[in-house]
Amino acid sequence: MASSQNWLLRPFQERSTQLFLGVLFTALVVVTFLHLFMPQDSALHVSAYTVTLLGKYLCYALLAVAVDLVWGYLGILSLGHGAFFALGGYAMGMYLMRQIGDRGTYGDPVLPDFMVFLNWDSLPWYWQGFDMAWFAFIMVLLAPGLLALVFGFLAFRSRVTGVYLSIITQALTFALMLAFFRNEMGFGGNNGLTDFRDILGFNLRTDATRLGLFIATGIALAIGYVICRAIVASKLGRVSIACRDAEARTRFLGYRVERVQLFVFVVSAMLAGVAGALYVPQVGIINPSEFSPLFSIEIVVWVALGGRATLYGAVIGAILVNYAKTVFTGVMPDAWLFALGGLFVLVTVFLPKGIAGLLQKRHKTKPDDDTPTRQEATA
Amino acid sequence: MGILRSLTLLLIALASALSLPATAQEDDPGTALLTNLAEAPNSKVEEALNAIVSSGDPRARGWLEAYGNNRLSQVKNTGQVVVVLNNRGRDWKIANPLTGENMGEMSRRELDRVAINNAIRGQLGGILAMLDLNAPDPDVREASAQDMMGKVDALLVEPLEARLELEESAKVRNRIEEALAIYRVGEGDLDAVEVLAGSLHPRARASLNVAVRGDDPALAAKAKQALSTIEQKLKLNRAAETLYFGLSLGSVLVLAAIGLAITFGVMGVINMAHGELIMLGAYTTWGMQQLLPGQPGLALILSIPAGFMVAATAGIIIERSVIQYLKGRPLETLLATFGISLILQQLVRTVISPQNRTVVTPEWMSGSLVINDALSLTLNRMYVLGFALVVFAALMLIMRRTRLGLEVRAVTQNRNMARSMGIRATRVDIMTFALGSGVAGLAGVALSQLTNVGPNLGQNYIIDSFMVVVFGGVGNLWGTLIAGLSLGTINQLLEPWAGAVLAKIIVLVFIILFIQKRPMGLFPQKGRAAEG
Repeated sequence: MASSQNWLLRPFQERSTQLFLGVLFTALVVVTFLHLFMPQDSALHVSAYTVTLLGKYLCYALLAVAVDLVWGYLGILSLGHGAFFALGGYAMGMYLMRQIGDRGTYGDPVLPDFMVFLNWDSLPWYWQGFDMAWFAFIMVLLAPGLLALVFGFLAFRSRVTGVYLSIITQALTFALMLAFFRNEMGFGGNNGLTDFRDILGFNLRTDATRLGLFIATGIALAIGYVICRAIVASKLGRVSIACRDAEARTRFLGYRVERVQLFVFVVSAMLAGVAGALYVPQVGIINPSEFSPLFSIEIVVWVALGGRATLYGAVIGAILVNYAKTVFTGVMPDAWLFALGGLFVLVTVFLPKGIAGLLQKRHKTKPDDDTPTRQEATA
Repeated sequence: MGILRSLTLLLIALASALSLPATAQEDDPGTALLTNLAEAPNSKVEEALNAIVSSGDPRARGWLEAYGNNRLSQVKNTGQVVVVLNNRGRDWKIANPLTGENMGEMSRRELDRVAINNAIRGQLGGILAMLDLNAPDPDVREASAQDMMGKVDALLVEPLEARLELEESAKVRNRIEEALAIYRVGEGDLDAVEVLAGSLHPRARASLNVAVRGDDPALAAKAKQALSTIEQKLKLNRAAETLYFGLSLGSVLVLAAIGLAITFGVMGVINMAHGELIMLGAYTTWGMQQLLPGQPGLALILSIPAGFMVAATAGIIIERSVIQYLKGRPLETLLATFGISLILQQLVRTVISPQNRTVVTPEWMSGSLVINDALSLTLNRMYVLGFALVVFAALMLIMRRTRLGLEVRAVTQNRNMARSMGIRATRVDIMTFALGSGVAGLAGVALSQLTNVGPNLGQNYIIDSFMVVVFGGVGNLWGTLIAGLSLGTINQLLEPWAGAVLAKIIVLVFIILFIQKRPMGLFPQKGRAAEG
């Protein structure tokens, strides 16, 4: 590994990354091919609905990778990553709202429908600039990034870790959920933002745009994965793993633990924001329920099922659990919470290393240099 | 037709002859009083009414009410005054006003309504209130005096003053004085303003406000002064009310969090299903009330041990089946117990109902304690507050004074050492977890009296409970009590100007910032336990 000096290129020399990227791109190409070139009535045809559904799964996968980065490699169990996801989603939603223009129900050229409905006469200051795509896309990164920066700065500086941090992150997303439910906040309250039309000039309701979004999500996942791998494999990543396993010792060795934690936390929040931003145009709505503590804790279970501290495990877990959710809620909606609750219990008690752990046990081919050392060994 | 009428008359004659001997009828002073009223010319009506009032007859109230409702009539032939019970149709149901006895029906043509004019009707309310002022029960007298505030007119002044002379109860005297003062302020009396300065009744404020806007500058100035005194007092009362609501909310938080303070604080087990254990306690109360229909009070009292047992059993099952395998892995424990909370919620939805269930509040818990005109405290919140304190005291006793408490403290401070001293650590784990869970069940029983009982009940409290424990300092029961009460009060103080939701957000943000400043909470553990 030391052969390459460029830390960003290093991941491409790892077999696991090569394999992951290979599978991901093959899947993207196959789905695109089956969607475009198979006749509608063929059994192999992938409908636009399925394409969007798969795009949604990929968004969740990117979110899970972001959570795995902080949980698996930094030892911070964030129960509030849904907040960063939702903030990215709201930034994108605001851009999409402004793109509606005068095609809304009330036909106001500037104000979104819900503001007209609430008798607001002008756009609040924080809505300014969202008519420009570049500005909105920067905000997709900045809004969650800034929140993570401020929150992380305060938390890590005073050495809040472990369970305390988990509970505080949960309180954070809970507080944000309550706040976004308020109409006075100017984010559509209960109903959130919806009724989108265009993105970058493309009609959101056409199959071609949906396919484009799906491919874009796949590429974003690939980039996010490579960035995380690069961080993990870098010197900073090593320090971060050291923080996870023995925070006090790392500090005594002279590393500025809180800076490492802050950096990784902010990167992870931004990735979650991107996932949210890609999610919103595909599902067509963003509302405060994305902030709910339940959603945030669900993400953690995807990662736990897939296997913590492997990154690809997070992707597998996210896709599997969400596929199961789609099936369950369609067939027997009442059973879903039983299944999800059971999953929480079974994974933590019987499968502490997740599916990735099972895979690794099967083929002990490569010496995985970042097999998770149990944090508890030092706790 | 004629036959029917004569038959009715005959019946009435028979009835009256049978029920009341004529002599008794004539001896009754009521007969004269009522006949006097019925036959009085317009100018003498007032006199006749006064005669009835001053007679002190206990039936006077009924007569005057009937009179005010146009239900007093005089039989044309006999001159007897009767009460009309039902005046629909041609034949009216009538009753004897002296005995209250039913007198059957009589054609309306036989009856002559005792006339009442609007001037008299206007005074009747005051006269009726005067009647109550003579009641033997001081509470009735006070209520009637209060009723009179703002309704006193020139005619009532004299009887009221007379009553004031006789009145013995201080409460009632105050009320009568206030009622008189309201009238006198209207008349421009400067001294009356002084009397009203101490009153919290809205009518007193209303009359002073009128005086402030009036033409008399001296009166206006004085009234303004009195108003500001009242305003001060009101502020004090409002503060007391906020404090009460704050303490009440705080006691709910303490109840919800105190079990967690045991399982999380003392044992270090993160139990995200704690909220669902609260929910189980609340559903136990509901179940008890279903088992004992018609006796909500008894059911509620029985629910206290039952709720404890149900939640404690559930806690033991959770500890044995899951938590014991995750010892020393707090984050995994958090996830697994969260899974359990989802399962329990869905279980209640599937087995009972996704809808909220109603739990009846027993009679002795409803209503409120009236301190003064501006302040009344609801009883159910008072009971919950007391219950929270009792539960807290009991837990303190268990932890400080019993063998179990000693063993719990020993095991949490140094598990291996405790075991080598012969303490069965596993058994202590189970007992402690059962205790914490049982207390959650007790919280559920109490909460069922304040909020809706539904599958989401626990979810609403879990984050708050953790906040309270973390804010108070983990492993410290006193910290939990103080944190809970103060967070509840802060929340209530913020609510008037921030709104309920924003107040909650502010409190959450405050705790988040507080934890960053003092990661170990208000009362951090000291010594060896802190390092564990």
